[in-house]
Amino acid sequence: MNEVHALSGAYAVDALDDIERARFEAHLAECRDCRNEVAELQETASVLGLAAASEPPASLRAAVLDGIEEIRPLPPRVAPTFGASRRRRAWSATSRGLLAAASIAAVLLLAGVAFLRPFDSTGDGGPSASDRVLAAADAVRVQQNFPSGASATVVLSRSEGRAVILTDAMDPAPEGKVYELWLQTPSGDMVPAGLMPDRSDAVMMLNGDASQATAVGITVEPDGGSPQPTSDPIALFSLAS
Amino acid sequence: MNPNGEVAGGAPEQGVPPAAVGQSADELAELLNRSARGDREAFASLYDATSARIFGLMVRVVRDRSQAEEVTQEVFMEIWRSASRFDPERGSALAWMMTIGHRKAVDRVRSAEASARRDTSFTYQNHTITHDETVETAMATLEARRVRVAMEQLTDVQREAIELAYFGGYSHSEVAALLDLPVGTAKTRIRDGLIRLRDAIGVGR
Repeated sequence: MNEVHALSGAYAVDALDDIERARFEAHLAECRDCRNEVAELQETASVLGLAAASEPPASLRAAVLDGIEEIRPLPPRVAPTFGASRRRRAWSATSRGLLAAASIAAVLLLAGVAFLRPFDSTGDGGPSASDRVLAAADAVRVQQNFPSGASATVVLSRSEGRAVILTDAMDPAPEGKVYELWLQTPSGDMVPAGLMPDRSDAVMMLNGDASQATAVGITVEPDGGSPQPTSDPIALFSLAS
Repeated sequence: MNPNGEVAGGAPEQGVPPAAVGQSADELAELLNRSARGDREAFASLYDATSARIFGLMVRVVRDRSQAEEVTQEVFMEIWRSASRFDPERGSALAWMMTIGHRKAVDRVRSAEASARRDTSFTYQNHTITHDETVETAMATLEARRVRVAMEQLTDVQREAIELAYFGGYSHSEVAALLDLPVGTAKTRIRDGLIRLRDAIGVGR
């Protein structure tokens, strides 16, 4: 049995560490057998949990029903509207997520110029800089979807020399960790490009000159980030032309 | 700190409305669908039909009852937020909700453990099911019997590995260390055990 497939049981009972989980989810995106097995094993595990029923206090009901007033339900995932071709990868093949057709992020992308408030980590670019990248004639878009339903799209404009990332429904980074962005140089070096804001739906311009970048990566790093990646990326956006 | 984390006096201040109990899988799925469209009444019914199960699991994993309440609230917020992402093709509504709940419970104990593991003794096998007098929890004790019978079909190591992972919130590497298994084999025990359990319980599509 393939080493990765063997993680299905541990995944179903949440017994993987953060890195293993990210890798397995990347694998899940590409392995129908594992998706089916995980679904069945999660169903099985949930039956174990059902046996532990215990009434919560009545006050909790009111707290929950009050709480949802402030939360907008996520939109459903919609059918793909365009495809992205697979490209050469410089980074580990096992850790990349599904490179698939765009969906919600594409809609966000189109609407983004109109109403999103871009988050520029450098603070000096201003919203207009992100807008210029998103609207650039030479903008290249690469999207990654995660099995959790989250997606992220990198938009690169070589003429603007900058890259922007848009995320949709990203889970927060694990406790004590951050998502760090990287620009890959043509020689294969990883240059830190900033930390993702702690929001599930973000628009962020990457730090640094992206005009020569061959890829953008996201890794999970300790709080504060790292000067070099300390783990394989949970997502890799190949920009090689 | 009560090592069992189970409070016997978890009195049901509020009975589960009979109409909400025994709801079929399809009805729960329909409530989730309506919740995704922002229907608060449907979500309230969903809460009434499932809160004892979610809360029971939170108590079992997190152990501290007030923390379990916090996590239960987070879980229902997440269910409300992501109801549109439920896919009936991939499993039951209840399993989808329990999966969200379990992930959050495990996240909670793992982040808490960074400072201090909640206790060092293993009492996972001493858990008892609280017998609250609601129909929902009575149903749960039936589930419990069914699960107990199914669990008896596992090897000791499979059963312990699954219990430590699912109820203890331990990673497979930690489970391996706890059970003196070679590194990397606990995940196989967990998988083999779950597959056997799946077949015994009759989960499958």
